[in-house]
Amino acid sequence: MPHKNQAREAFFDALVYDDPVQLYERAPCGFLSTTPDGVIVKANATFRTWVGRDAGELVGTMSFVDLLTPGGRIYHETHFAPTLRMHGSVREIALDLLRPDGSRLPVLVSARLDHDDQGEPRVIRIAVFDATDRRQYERELLLAKQAAEESAQRARAYARILQETLIPPIPPAIPMLDLAAAYRPAGADMEVGGDFYDVFAVGEEDYVVVVGDVCGKGVEAAVVTALVRHTLRALAVTHDAPSAMLTRLNVVLLQHESDRFCTVALVRLHRDAEGWSVVLSTGGHPLPLLRRAGEAPAPFGAQGALLGVFDEPKFSETASRLLPGDLLVLYTDGVTEGRRGEELYGDPRLRAVVSAGGDPAQVVDALVADVVAFQDDVPRDDIAVLAIAVPPAG
Amino acid sequence: MDVISRLNVKVSGPADAQPMVFAHGFGCDQHMWRLVAPAFEDRFRVILFDFVGAGGSDVSAYDPERYSSLDGYAADVLDLVHALDLHDVVFVGHSVSAMIGALAEVAEPQRFAKLVMVGPSPRYLNEGSYVGGFAAEDIAELLDSLESNYLGWSAAMAPAIIGNPERPVLGEELTESFCRMDPSVARQFARVTFLSDTRDVLPRVTTPTLVLQCSDDLIAPVAVGTFVRDAIPGSQMTVLQATGHCPHLSEPDETIAAMSAFVREAAA
Repeated sequence: MPHKNQAREAFFDALVYDDPVQLYERAPCGFLSTTPDGVIVKANATFRTWVGRDAGELVGTMSFVDLLTPGGRIYHETHFAPTLRMHGSVREIALDLLRPDGSRLPVLVSARLDHDDQGEPRVIRIAVFDATDRRQYERELLLAKQAAEESAQRARAYARILQETLIPPIPPAIPMLDLAAAYRPAGADMEVGGDFYDVFAVGEEDYVVVVGDVCGKGVEAAVVTALVRHTLRALAVTHDAPSAMLTRLNVVLLQHESDRFCTVALVRLHRDAEGWSVVLSTGGHPLPLLRRAGEAPAPFGAQGALLGVFDEPKFSETASRLLPGDLLVLYTDGVTEGRRGEELYGDPRLRAVVSAGGDPAQVVDALVADVVAFQDDVPRDDIAVLAIAVPPAG
Repeated sequence: MDVISRLNVKVSGPADAQPMVFAHGFGCDQHMWRLVAPAFEDRFRVILFDFVGAGGSDVSAYDPERYSSLDGYAADVLDLVHALDLHDVVFVGHSVSAMIGALAEVAEPQRFAKLVMVGPSPRYLNEGSYVGGFAAEDIAELLDSLESNYLGWSAAMAPAIIGNPERPVLGEELTESFCRMDPSVARQFARVTFLSDTRDVLPRVTTPTLVLQCSDDLIAPVAVGTFVRDAIPGSQMTVLQATGHCPHLSEPDETIAAMSAFVREAAA
């Protein structure tokens, strides 16, 4: 059986050839030993070849740190050496070895500090692995990570710009009327919420105030939100009655390719010699709260149909006058349906905050803060709140 | 969050004794002092802490604005001094923290009794006739490599930096935190450290100061230690036999002995 004999010969041949010296010198990784201070006392052939220096140059004269790039030296002194002292070992530290010709070899280094019988540091053993390909791959990963971070940042910037076109950061000032509004998005800042509000003038004495909620969130919802806002702005020019505006808006939404629906509370304000008249119409939206001067807040208006769902919805109108000291609060369901476990924020809490008094800015701030705090600072849904009030006389 | 938990402050030694504050340098945390600080617990109230981003500090307190210069770190030292209402402070700072201590001392000298600077450098870059030890391109390369590689890599690898099972000298908690730093914090700390220039602060230091200089230190060469000694009025320098940048780790006994003579002598 010549085959078997050949195999046995090869086995013994390899066994004899690979004595401990060969094993050390020709190992597929660099080995070196240093004093606790780092002076090289021994280096195998693999390491000597990699760094392009012979034993005479290395042993007894150079330290491991001398073979590193300046950046690597600082890393060695501030991280590598202290960790080795403290732990007795370090693993997989990425460094670059510097060759006499100035070229570099990216390596991964593991090291171990051995102690004598008295516990004093005696020798550092270092194993060095060629990491050229791995480093290249890491560099590519790093570039990909940077690109991903940049695009995430861009996405956040777009979301913010988009959000600001849907929610004016500062609502316009209306003479003789206090107005405040706030919007607090839920979840990640890369997403555009579905809540919106708008305040605009229709004539010298006429204004429209809208708070609404398009179902869903993200870019698709934002498209519908933009459609609703601009449709209402256009309808306000030709239609005085809020209910007529909502009826037209419903037609526009039904004809739009998106099947998203929305809710709206729409207030038309008219200023005359005595003060302000308000006309409210709602579609599928929580009723605003009206706090008359010195009274408890109460729901204002009547429920109307959800928009973008029914062919012939009904929208009623409620008219009244806003007197000095009166305050009207419009909000989205992110307020009343704020959740803590199974518990809802609910109407009673809302009314308690509005009852507590204050001007629109105070009421808006207090309400948003309370709803957010109720949900342990992590609101599940967008929150939009808008309040108007006639400043107290005198 | 208060400064005590923000900086992971640990206090030991007699409560009514003179306070001795140890500040770690770039790269590590308060555990750096574990072979040295206990030697002073007999006569001093020993206070250890981690700078924000290092060790067990509160990383969420990291404010890139505040820590865009060493002043932010010096303000943390003073926050700590105020929070514990410390007076007659012996401040021991390693590496960049020696300069952080100098900045704190110049801001409120009345709080400090003595400064010990271990391996200090007010300027790492060579500049004109000043020899900091590093050329501009060396530091640029360090920052480059820190940003693109080392710190991000080693922070991810930190759990792999494990204790030696045959010599279990370190507790579990230390194993996990030692030399760990949030990579983004480490990048900025490195930039702030290695590009800082606090040479003009040194002449304004009025507290008695000891410079502990290693005999062969790549990061802070002897010439730099000498510069610091010459710049701080009335300061003294002890050159240690210890080599490297961390004598408190490599030669703790020599370091303790060199410090003891200075910190234990009665204030002038």
